[in-house]
Amino acid sequence: MSSIATSTDIHIQHGHEAHSGQHHHETFLTKYIFSQDHKMIAKQYLVTGIVWAFIGGLFSVIFRLQLGFPEQTFPILESFLGKWAPGGRLDPEFYYALVTMHGTILIFFVLTAGLSGTFANLLIPLQIGARDMASPFLNMLSYWIFFLASVVMVSSLFVQTGPASGGWTVYPPLSALGDAMDGSKIGMDLWLISMALFIISQLMAGLNYVTTILNLRTKGMSMTRLPLTIWALLFTAILGILSFPVLLSAAILLLFDRNLGTSFFLSDIVVAGKILPNEGGSAILYQHLFWFLGHPEVYIIILPSMGIVSEVLSVNSRKPIFGYLAMVGSLFVICILSLLVWAHHMFVTGLNPFLGGIFVLLTLLIAVPSAIKVFNWLTTLWRGNIRFTPAMLFAIGFVSMFISGGLTGIFLGNASLDIHLHDTYFNIAHFHIVMGVSAFFGMFAGVYHWFPKFFGRHMNHPMAFIHFWVTLIGAYLIFWPMHYEGFAGMPRRYYDYSSWESFKMFNGLNEFISVVAIIVFLAQLLFVLNFFYSMYRGRREKTTNPWHATTLEWTTPINPGHGNWPGEIPEVHRWPYDYSKDGREYIPQTEPIGPNESHH
Amino acid sequence: MKEFFIVAISIIIFIVIFQVSKASEYLSILKGEETSRKQTNKLSASLLFGFLILGLIGVWYCNHLYYPKTLFPQGSASVEGETIDKMMMVTIIITGIVFFITQIVLFWFSYRYQEKEKRTAFYYPHNSTLELIWTTVPAITLTILVVFGLRFWFKITGDPPKDAIVVEITGHQFGWDIRYPGKDNVFGKKNFKLYNNPSGNTLAVDFEDPASHDDIRSSEMHLPVGVPVKLVIHSQDVIHNVGLAHFRMKMDAVPGIPTTLWFTPKYTTAEMKERTGNPNFVYEISCDQMCGKGHFSMRGVIVVESDIKYKTWLSLQSPEYKTIFKNITADSTAAQADTIKTPLAKAN
Repeated sequence: MSSIATSTDIHIQHGHEAHSGQHHHETFLTKYIFSQDHKMIAKQYLVTGIVWAFIGGLFSVIFRLQLGFPEQTFPILESFLGKWAPGGRLDPEFYYALVTMHGTILIFFVLTAGLSGTFANLLIPLQIGARDMASPFLNMLSYWIFFLASVVMVSSLFVQTGPASGGWTVYPPLSALGDAMDGSKIGMDLWLISMALFIISQLMAGLNYVTTILNLRTKGMSMTRLPLTIWALLFTAILGILSFPVLLSAAILLLFDRNLGTSFFLSDIVVAGKILPNEGGSAILYQHLFWFLGHPEVYIIILPSMGIVSEVLSVNSRKPIFGYLAMVGSLFVICILSLLVWAHHMFVTGLNPFLGGIFVLLTLLIAVPSAIKVFNWLTTLWRGNIRFTPAMLFAIGFVSMFISGGLTGIFLGNASLDIHLHDTYFNIAHFHIVMGVSAFFGMFAGVYHWFPKFFGRHMNHPMAFIHFWVTLIGAYLIFWPMHYEGFAGMPRRYYDYSSWESFKMFNGLNEFISVVAIIVFLAQLLFVLNFFYSMYRGRREKTTNPWHATTLEWTTPINPGHGNWPGEIPEVHRWPYDYSKDGREYIPQTEPIGPNESHH
Repeated sequence: MKEFFIVAISIIIFIVIFQVSKASEYLSILKGEETSRKQTNKLSASLLFGFLILGLIGVWYCNHLYYPKTLFPQGSASVEGETIDKMMMVTIIITGIVFFITQIVLFWFSYRYQEKEKRTAFYYPHNSTLELIWTTVPAITLTILVVFGLRFWFKITGDPPKDAIVVEITGHQFGWDIRYPGKDNVFGKKNFKLYNNPSGNTLAVDFEDPASHDDIRSSEMHLPVGVPVKLVIHSQDVIHNVGLAHFRMKMDAVPGIPTTLWFTPKYTTAEMKERTGNPNFVYEISCDQMCGKGHFSMRGVIVVESDIKYKTWLSLQSPEYKTIFKNITADSTAAQADTIKTPLAKAN
């Protein structure tokens, strides 16, 4: 162990000297483009994530226009989209392409890469006391491969037959057969190639995160002294490493089925009047492979937000997080269980009922660690001295959303109820609230909280408050009524409900939801405006520790250079949650335990 | 013009918010950051409390507006669906209680423990008893939900009663085909390689199999009320899903892998028209699995009627074998006869 520590020290010192020597010779290219500084890579991930979120959000606004106003035409759409919106009304094929891209972009490019990429890169070295990631080069490579994946995905928007349109889950045979849908032609190949690149980038990033957390902690930073953000990011990275390769295999097999005539997922098919030669494959096999990633994926999205929220709640309540060990333990249990519940997405595929029963049990078990986390967050607020910074408001919003969306998971995880609710708007409401909105709230909390660390400035708070309130109220107005549509069995992924006797009574409600969705989207533009404006013109940070927090990132200079600490890396003597202890407002992690200090 | 107007107003609102926000930031610096921060803090706390109250009213109002439009007030149209509805209500009540308690506590704590100069936060890092309580209580509650949920699940997915009638439903882009087994109660074999559009054999039935000769094909599903029915579900191209919201049933149609579901219709279509007060009521089959461009239009209809009416309807249908071979003999050009015979010969 000691030999490893020594070699790390040497590496660090060497790295630091090299960089401080080079500092003034950095060119634009090495500083902003091919940077190996984890903080710059974090910014790259964040800005790319914001751009993607804008695109993905805009897509949802366009398809919400169709859902809310199915009878109306919008000539402006035709001038932008041409043949995809003939006469100002979306073509069904393009409607489905938008739905598919909205899901793909937000789940993978924004809430996986944009969220963990940003905060793992920023926080891991800064909070564990390291000069940089274990492999800064691999880190840079992971961003640029992610960028390449983005380029391929964007390019699929411009091919003649359109981008992938079979839903973000791209189930074969629909996604395997170009004859079944235009989106399953070249757009689908590009989708699969983009995903393969994306997975490779995430694996590189994940390996780097795990290695860094395990090996590069500063002196005294034992595992139980890690902030919960780091624990959450560690489990996120482990989950990604274990599950993403399975999706990679599914993507490769699907590429084979599409282009090389194999029959992994195809059997007994007549499509567009053509009898296909494929026999013996199983379309359900793909779903097993997909959801083996697909389910951990939702935890890959939500765990970093949970970590950020734990940190923000504790700092702004001026109280230690309640039940630190239980919080780590529940993250661990969620991490393990999330690998064992994938088939709950497949209750109505003809799954063996006994197997279904096992998955019901394991799925509902996950509610226990989730409940522990919620109760611990609530107790953290109890008898605190709460400061409502924008980050804190979003953290409270996160807890509210996580409760609302988590509870509906108890319906969908119970197979007998899932029969009625599967693939209805109830499902849409559930995963948007618990995974989409919650994860975004965690991300916003993180951006508002660590913005001073990113750019040495603050975001504009009044604008942030407006952003918060419109988003919180709007998100509930959009998704709460969808539960009722789901109770009525209204299926998702429908272009138009007007001809359905059973579902057309919700047309008025759909219109209302669309209007609110547009308003909420505009409020996000306010965030984007605030973000880029504050980057250059925001209120300058004057102290190194604006939130009076205990963790290590606030011991660095306001604008830390490459290497983070100009001198020695500080040593850690205590856990990160000594707030309001022994009559002191906060005690930094770097302060040795006093002789008369009480034990917790 | 209207669109231009909306865009212009949005931009103005945007600029106003941006300028006011900037100005209020400067103002707060003039007033002293600490005092203005405390004012905002109070405001935020009150707004959170206001959100709780308005949110609770909103939940009630939304329920008031939309609960009548869900399927629960009219009840399940199948006997098996009633257990699902019962389970649903139990889950709504349990999660509802948790929802109200936790949301109220969350926003109440936020308001109650807003920053006050006189108070210092209470250093309270853990309490094993508390944590044990809120591990075991959810665990027990969920065990109860799992036990009941699984009892219903195994019942619904178990074998149908012996007297169940069997109907086959096949999905394709974008529609449903229904087949009845006829008097012998056995379906003729199918082989996807026998698919033949010109001859009308689009279900790819193997007419060499004598069991196929009395099979009836229909575009509409007729079912007798009160008799259990087992659906055998096929797909010809991509994955579809037989969604029967009124019967609380749903099952994927997977190419190459037949699936089944069963239920007992409780009300005839005519009775449902009365129950829902909607003279246009029909039982609809919705495709609930994304299947392509026309996914949203993949609609089927089920007519539930009295046993006598059902039997009369069935007796009036002529077997598919007869219609197909009548077509072929009626305009029996050699070419057309070939198209149906060649694949048959190949298959054998």
